Amino acid sequence: MTSTIDRGLADGASPIGAPVPTPIVVNSEVSQPDKIYRLTAKTAGFGVLALLFLIGLFLVIGGWPAFKVAGLGFFTHSGFQTQGANPVFGVLASLVGTVEVATVAMLVGGPVAIGTALFLSEYAPRWSRRTLIALVDLAAAIPSIIYGLWAIFELQPNVVGFSTWLSRHVAFIPFFTVTSPPLNASIFIAGLVVGLMIVPIVASISREVFSLAPPGEREAALALGASRWQMIRTVVLPFGRGGMIGAIMLGLGRALEETIAVTIILGGSFSFGIHILQHGGTTISQMIASNFGSGGQLGNHVLLLAGFVLFILTMVINLAASAIVNRSRSGAGTDL
Amino acid sequence: MTTTPLRTDDMAPAPAPARDPKGDHLRLAGSAAGEIEAEGVYAWFGSRLVLENVTLTMERSKVTALIGPSGCGKSTFLRILNRMHEVVPGAQLAGTVGLNGVDIYGSGQRAMDTRRHIGMVFQKPNPFPAMTIQENVLAGLKFSRSQAKHRDDLVEEMLTKAGLWNEVKDRLGSLGGALSGGQQQRLCIARSLAVRPSVLLMDEPCSALDPTSTLRIEKTIQDIAGEVTVVIVTHNMQQAQRVSDFCAFFLAEENKPGRVVEAGPTELMFGNPADPRTADYVNGQFG
Ligand SMILES: Nc1ncnc2c1ncn2[C@@H]1O[C@H](COP(=O)(O)OP(=O)(O)O)[C@@H](O)[C@H]1O
Ligand SMILES: [Mg+2]
Repeated sequence: MTSTIDRGLADGASPIGAPVPTPIVVNSEVSQPDKIYRLTAKTAGFGVLALLFLIGLFLVIGGWPAFKVAGLGFFTHSGFQTQGANPVFGVLASLVGTVEVATVAMLVGGPVAIGTALFLSEYAPRWSRRTLIALVDLAAAIPSIIYGLWAIFELQPNVVGFSTWLSRHVAFIPFFTVTSPPLNASIFIAGLVVGLMIVPIVASISREVFSLAPPGEREAALALGASRWQMIRTVVLPFGRGGMIGAIMLGLGRALEETIAVTIILGGSFSFGIHILQHGGTTISQMIASNFGSGGQLGNHVLLLAGFVLFILTMVINLAASAIVNRSRSGAGTDL
Repeated sequence: MTTTPLRTDDMAPAPAPARDPKGDHLRLAGSAAGEIEAEGVYAWFGSRLVLENVTLTMERSKVTALIGPSGCGKSTFLRILNRMHEVVPGAQLAGTVGLNGVDIYGSGQRAMDTRRHIGMVFQKPNPFPAMTIQENVLAGLKFSRSQAKHRDDLVEEMLTKAGLWNEVKDRLGSLGGALSGGQQQRLCIARSLAVRPSVLLMDEPCSALDPTSTLRIEKTIQDIAGEVTVVIVTHNMQQAQRVSDFCAFFLAEENKPGRVVEAGPTELMFGNPADPRTADYVNGQFG
C-alpha cells in the first residue's frame, strides 16, 4: 500500500504564486475477498444477460423458417393453418388479444392490489394485520388452473350479466359495443380473471414497499395536521411509487404469459377486434399452448416465432417500466 | 393505580359531538401564543406505565425546557401535548391537556386540528426530501387547505424566522433533501411555523446538529418565543439555561415511571433548586 494522500488546498484556493497541484492518483487496492465477490457478481450478471440473449436467439432461429414463408404478413394475418399447399398463419389476433387481456387485467387488478396493499399497511387493525397478510400471500400460491376453473364455473355466469349491462349502457365506448353475442368466453372475462390472479403478488410487494416508508416523514406529515390519507399521499405513495410500478410490471409479466386460465375461458378462435365483451379472441400464450404439436414442422416454427413476439413484448414493457421508475421519495409529484 | 387509560384511537373517525356544551372547539385561529396546562398525565406503552401523574403548565409566549436523563419520558410527555403519542400502536394515556382552557382530548376534538395548533419539530430532521424547499414550507397549509394569498411572502417570512432565508433564497426550487442536516432542521422549523401554531414543541432539535447550527436554532427560538409558546426537550444544560424561561426536571427512578421532580423558573432551577436530585442533575452529577 503506497498511497500518499495529498493534503493540498481544497477548491484550488492556492495562495498567490503557489502552483495549483495536480490531483494525485489514489492507489485503492482491492482486497482478495472483494475480488472474489466482484468476479462472482459479474459472472452472475453476465450469465443472466447471456441466458436472455440465448433464449432470444433460440426463438429467432426456430422461428426463422416460418418468417421466410409468411414475411411481414405474419403480423397482419391471424390463424394457424400450416398444412397443405397454401398455409395461412399469423399472430395478429393473438397479439391484440394478449394486449387486451393484459390491459383489462392491469386496469382491474392494479387498483385492487394497491388498495389492498394500502389497507394492509395503513388501515387494517394491528391484531388482524398478520393474518390478513398471510392470507394474501397464500392467495398468491393458488395455481392458475384453480382460478381458471373457478372463473368458468363461478365467475363467468355472474359476470355475463355485468357485461350485458356494460354493452347496453356504456356502448358509446367502442370497446364495449357488441356486434355478435353471446357474451361469455370473452377477452373481458379472461382479463378479469387474470387481473384477480395478479392481485396477491402485486399487493404483497406493494405492501412491503409501503411499510418501508420513512417513519420520520410519516410523523412529520401527521404532526403538521395531515389526515391519514393526506399523509399517505404525501409520504407513502410517493415513496412507494417505484416499488409499486415494479410490482405492477411483475404482475403484467404474469398477465402476458398466463396460459391455463385464459385457455380455459377463451375458445381460442382467431377472431379479433376491439369488442372485448363478446365471445372470442385468443392470446399468444394460448395460441402456443393449444396448437403445440398440431401443425407439423412449419407449425412448430410458427409457434416459436409467436414466442419471439411475446418475448420482445415483455422486454419492451420492462424497459419502459424501468424508465418510469425514477424519483420515488416522499413528496415526489405530490399535489394535494 | 386508580387511573384508567383513556382510549385514543386515531383510526376511528372522531365521534361527532352530539351536543357541544360550551362550543368548546379549538377556536384559536390567528397567531396568538397559547398556554398549555397538563394535568395528571399518565402514559403507557402497552401495559408498561412510563409516565406518572405529570402536572405542568407551559406559559404563554414563554420557553419551557424539559430536562432529565434519557428514558424518563420527556419525549412521551411532549408527544402527548399534540396528540402524537396515540400514533404509536399500543400507546395509551390518561389525564387532561388543556390548550387555552380547552381539553385537546375532549370528545369531539380531532387530533388533526390539535396538531395544527401545536406544531412539532423532531430530533431527526425530517423534511419531505422530494419536495422543494418552498413546497416543504407550504406543506402544512396544503393539509389544512388554507389558501395562502401571498405565498412567496409567507415562504420568505418563515424561512427568515427560522434563520434559513439567506442561505436558500436563491434556490427555493431545489429539493429539501439536498440541504445539510442543520439546514434541514431549520427548514422543518419554518415548515412548522408556516401554519402559525400557538405552540411549538421541539424534541431535542439540536442533538443531531453541529455547534453553529445549534446556536442558530437557539437564536430562532428566542426570536419566535414572543408569538408562539415553545416547549423544548434538551439534554444540554447550557442550552436549557440559554433559551428557557421555565424548566421542568423529569426523572424515572429505576424500574419506575417518569415523574416531574421539580419545575419552576430556569434561574431558580439552576441557581437554587429545591430538590437535591435536581441540583445533582443540573450540575452534571448524573444522567
Ligand atoms: N414506541 C415505544 N414503545 C415502547 N416503549 C417506548 C416507546 N417509546 C418510548 N418508550 C419507553 O418509554 C420510556 C420513556 O421514553 P421517552 O419518552 O422516549 O424518554 P426520553 O425522551 O425522556 O428519553 C422509555 O423507558 C422508553 O423505553
Ligand atoms: Mg427523547
